[in-house]
Formats: sequence, structure tokens, C-alpha cells
Amino acid sequence: MSGPEVVFTLLGVVAVGSAILVVTTRNLVHAALWLVVSFGALAGGYLVLTAEFVAWVQVLIYVGAVVVLLLFGIMLTRAPIGESTDLDSGNRWAAAAVAVATAAVLVTVMVMGFRDERMPLRDGGGSAEELGAAVFRTWVLPFEVLSVLLLASLIGAIVLSRSDIRARPESEARQGTRPDEEGGG
Amino acid sequence: MHLAYPTIVAALLFSVGVYGVLARRNAILVLMSVELMLNAVNLNLVTFDIWYRDRLHGGQVLTLFTIVIAAAEIGLGLAIVLLVYRNRRMVDVDRLRALAEDSTRPAALEAGPQPEPGGEKAGAVEEAAP
Repeated sequence: MSGPEVVFTLLGVVAVGSAILVVTTRNLVHAALWLVVSFGALAGGYLVLTAEFVAWVQVLIYVGAVVVLLLFGIMLTRAPIGESTDLDSGNRWAAAAVAVATAAVLVTVMVMGFRDERMPLRDGGGSAEELGAAVFRTWVLPFEVLSVLLLASLIGAIVLSRSDIRARPESEARQGTRPDEEGGG
Repeated sequence: MHLAYPTIVAALLFSVGVYGVLARRNAILVLMSVELMLNAVNLNLVTFDIWYRDRLHGGQVLTLFTIVIAAAEIGLGLAIVLLVYRNRRMVDVDRLRALAEDSTRPAALEAGPQPEPGGEKAGAVEEAAP
């Protein structure tokens, strides 16, 4: 094992271990906090893989925004702050069986397929300069489409969470359209 | 670096997320497990981008796009969860059985306020169910 492999193995153990704690802990707030540890370890793994920009975006968006949103959701649904025993549903053992089967299949495929493959780690391969050039030269159209998607999800979240927006009743809707028709005529 | 290390970590993270989606009852914990699965996919994308030495950096750029889409998804998902909480006073995904086929609803009958089946509410419940 070389140096990067040792570091990546340690970070991977931290990421998978805290992910297991996320799905098994009895405390809802602790689950969100273990999620921070898992995402942070994964960001360290990206750094080892020379994907610097992705690592910082991971820290900014996942650790900074997504986990805070999840904590807001926990608070707004008035979830129990302390330990609660009913966070798992009844099909826990079936879920564990499915998860173990998924892990066995995926790990077997990965080990059999890429047993002898090694990848070159090159300095600056994923720096902000290279990724910025790639985004704004090659991937401009998906980038712009993504901004439209963000706008749509912003409006959708506002419409879903506002409680004073009601569907217009039938008569009011008809009255609302009549002046336009008269004005057009 | 050997290619097996990141891919095995990604596979294990994905199966932990599968377990969380299937086993958890609270809708917010289900959303957290979905995020774990998305992160496993991101790790695979970055790994294969570096392995192929992609000149266009397709894998890493797609990882950035996936992160943005995950942020949009978590915003909309939490809005739907809050709507379900406002209508039902709980967010347990296995007690939201308004769209189930069978007429026997043991858990839902025990729930306090019995919601009337409505089109708008049923749509919200459908989104929150796994």
C-alpha cells in the first residue's frame, strides 16, 4: 500500500462508519451530525484523488447547505430531540438483507472488474482552473440548463411551503379571466 | 492508486444508503440516506474521471452537476415533507398509506387526526413514500 492508499483507506473507513451510524442511530439530530462527518471524510477522499475543486464544493454545499437544511427540517417537523425508539420501521431485517446483497454484488463486480487497474494521480488534475475551463468551454449548455432547473426548484419550494396560496374557486377564476377578454375585444 | 479502494468505498456507501432508505421510518432520515447514495455515485464519477484521464473532465463536471441537483432535490423534498407534516402532523413514511390498495389500515387508523382523502394531499403523500 502506498501513502495515498493508506490515507484513502482511513478516510473511507471514517466515511462508511459514520454513514452506518447515520442509518442506525436513535437520535435524529445525531444522524444529521454524523452525516457531516461522513461528507467531510468523503471530501478528504476527493482531495486524495486530486479532485480539489469537487472537494471544496462538497464541503460548501453538502456540509454547509444540505445538512443545515436537514436540521431545519428536523426542527420544523417538531421531531423528538432526544432518543426515540421508533425511527426504524418493521422491515429492518429485510432491508439489512437487501443492503448486504447489494454490497456483496457491487463489491464482487468492482473487485473482479478492476483488480489489476491502477490510476495515475496527477497534481492539479482537478483544480479550479482546469474544471472552470472545462465547464465554460465544453459543458456550457448543461450548466445553463442547470441554472433553469435551480430556478424552477426555487419557485417550486416557495409555492409548496407557502400556506396562503390557495386554488382559486371556480367563480372567481371566471371573473378573473373576463376583464382580459373584454380588454382584448 | 489502486482503483479498488475508491470503488469499494463507493459500493459500501451505496449499500448503507439502500439500508437507510428501506429501514428508516422518518421521512427526513430517508432523505439523508438518499444523500448517502448520491455521494457514493459522486465518488465513482470522480474515480473513473481520474482513471480515464478525461481531457474534458466529464466525470468531475458531472459530479458538480449532481451536487447541484442533489441540493435542489433536498430543498423540494423538505418542502414536501413539511407539507405532509402540516396536513398529517407526522412524517412516518410507513403510516402514510392513503394510496395503499388494501382497505385494512391498522397503523393509519390509530393515528390521531384522520385526514380526509383529497387529491392534493394524496399527491404530496405519494412523493414522500419510498
